[in-house]
Amino acid sequence: MTKAKRIKGAQVVCESLVREGVEVIFGYPGGAVIPIYDALPDHPLRHVLVRHEQGAAHAADGYARATGKVGVCFATSGPGATNLVTGIATAYLDSSPIVAITGQVPTAYIGKDAFQEVDVTGITLPITKHNYLVTDVQRLPHIMKEAFHIARTGRPGPVLIDIAKDVQNDEVDFVYPEEVDLPGYKPTIRGHEGQIKQAAQLISRAERPLIFSGHGVTLSGAQAEIMQLAEAIQAPVITTLLGIGSFPRTHPLCLGMSGMHGEAYANKTVQDADVLIAVGMRFSDRVTGKVSTFAPDAKVIHIDVDPAEIGKNVAVDVPVVGDVRHVLERLNERLKPAKHTEWLAKVNGWRGESEGRDILHRETNQLLPPYIMRQIWHANQGNALMVSDVGQNQMWEAQYYLHDKHRGLITSGGLGTMGFALPAAVGVQVGRPDEEVWVTVGDGGIQMNIQELGTVVQEGLPLKIAIMNNSYLGMVRQWQELFFGRRYSGTPISSPDYVKLADAYGIPAMRITQKQDVVPALEKARETDGPMMLEFCVVEEENVYPMVPSGGSISSMLRRPMEDEEAV
Amino acid sequence: MKQTLIALMQDHPGVLDRISSLFRCRNFNIESLTVGHSETPGISRMTLVVDCDSEAQREQVVKQFLKLIEVTKVIEAEAPESAVCRELALIKVSATMQTRPSIIQLVDVFRAQVIDVSATSLTIEITDTEDRVNSLISLLRPFGIKDLARTGRVAMLRGGNGKS
Repeated sequence: MTKAKRIKGAQVVCESLVREGVEVIFGYPGGAVIPIYDALPDHPLRHVLVRHEQGAAHAADGYARATGKVGVCFATSGPGATNLVTGIATAYLDSSPIVAITGQVPTAYIGKDAFQEVDVTGITLPITKHNYLVTDVQRLPHIMKEAFHIARTGRPGPVLIDIAKDVQNDEVDFVYPEEVDLPGYKPTIRGHEGQIKQAAQLISRAERPLIFSGHGVTLSGAQAEIMQLAEAIQAPVITTLLGIGSFPRTHPLCLGMSGMHGEAYANKTVQDADVLIAVGMRFSDRVTGKVSTFAPDAKVIHIDVDPAEIGKNVAVDVPVVGDVRHVLERLNERLKPAKHTEWLAKVNGWRGESEGRDILHRETNQLLPPYIMRQIWHANQGNALMVSDVGQNQMWEAQYYLHDKHRGLITSGGLGTMGFALPAAVGVQVGRPDEEVWVTVGDGGIQMNIQELGTVVQEGLPLKIAIMNNSYLGMVRQWQELFFGRRYSGTPISSPDYVKLADAYGIPAMRITQKQDVVPALEKARETDGPMMLEFCVVEEENVYPMVPSGGSISSMLRRPMEDEEAV
Repeated sequence: MKQTLIALMQDHPGVLDRISSLFRCRNFNIESLTVGHSETPGISRMTLVVDCDSEAQREQVVKQFLKLIEVTKVIEAEAPESAVCRELALIKVSATMQTRPSIIQLVDVFRAQVIDVSATSLTIEITDTEDRVNSLISLLRPFGIKDLARTGRVAMLRGGNGKS
């Protein structure tokens, strides 16, 4: 038994963070967390001051995704806490482990509409894996322990701890618990052997197998196991948006992404497969399109740590609940090598046809985002950590940057949070200081959290920020063009002079308007020691292809028109 | 299809809130919900009746419910094969000197009881299956029901099946 020392609640918070291995906190102080901020300097904890609490939550999320550790953010009560909400929801939808700690008004004032009081545990109920309101300092050490345990185990997710201000000042005999006591929380780690055996049998009979590699593969660190599976049974692999990086894009078996803006050949493969091996993914509507037409010939094996994901969106033939890495290890032991030569030849035929439509093969002097994304990949040889925003820029990044690197793409998939990239990249760079980190973002997204440039400068983070400026909220504009008769309602957007703006922050910047200036600009950014911003003035009305119209079948995609064809 | 669920959960502040929030945001339709202490201190017991539109939804309800950290157990009770279910209702019905005997006769037939009497009304308590509660209510309706309170279903698995 550790000898107890008598300390304040605020110190309990900091001590507990240290014991959980936390090194950095993203936060913003305020009245209801002053005691915690007062305790902070006495502990080996780095504090990164953001410019808006939303940035703190995204940074903690980015840090978690880049490092595999739990990200931590602080905010004060009331508006501080509500500003975290979008960031917490983003982490929740993408199963990212963060612990958000908020101050609350003193216990005696709770429920009295006190200054800066808001029911943040109520507000975050549906967007946290669990949350706590702490009104008794005796419970605080247990809650800290539980919060980290819940955030990082099973299907990871955000946990919020709301601590009344008086509790931060109350004293307690501090003993950090060794274990948690959560009778209702026992994630299944080991897959059921009988189910794994059934999966193996189904795979051994498959003629046209296809693997879906999702975020769960990255989260459980199963890149080696998924590779072994794919190579052993010679099955093509599709990575979901968040699964990008879990299987190398340049591997001959990798088909890239499928779904709404997936590769046409990847979607064709889905529709023709006879067995789907879905690993650590959740059949989002962006992947399935119209569910009743999805993978019509396929038996589905679904491996996931969250039992509630199985059967939620598509019917499953062989469910396996468990940690992806553990299940794949056991599955691989049961599988015999197989060859699917005909199947792979068919798939590669489709791939060849798609290549012919690829805009990169066009001779043009236009400044196109796909070209820029591919050039970024060439420039850093695929070794950077890419943090993409949401919208067209996100899809182009996913299509044209060839991700081989584990945890190499950080993006808001489930919630689709514009404004995510810049603050998330703050967390990514803080967590992985030796890596080259790029932000790819549109002119809409950068303006949503542009204040975090201040954080970038204050922390000396050498982020390379590439803005694709097309003067539109491009993805919505694309929908308006295709489905709303080109009524560009609300989508034209102006921008500040980004070069001047960056200059005001002390960040070097360049504006690129010509195709031939792209490569030199990228080199310049890479050679620059600190941060650098590049504004690419790209073609205004370029579309992301291919595209499955919302709610449509993934069998019927809008394809990029061939050069000699009229646009769709 | 109506599904009866028995759930055990840690008796923490806000647990009910989590459950109602889950059902609301997952678009599950709660028919009734009762909650109280269980035989174990610190553990509450809840009986829910959920209106599910498919087998898949029924499965989702149970799985999502179990994801709540404080929920320790969820049992699918299939009345009447494996579970006994009861509901309690309090019914205040208008009663005059003339109608009172007929009402009391009904109460006797249903093995309900009169728990409060006034010059103009009778308050009746019935604990029975929902069908029988419904029958009594419909028979009393012509007399004029002034007030009605129903608890919703409480359920317990039958003895001897080793589950609960």
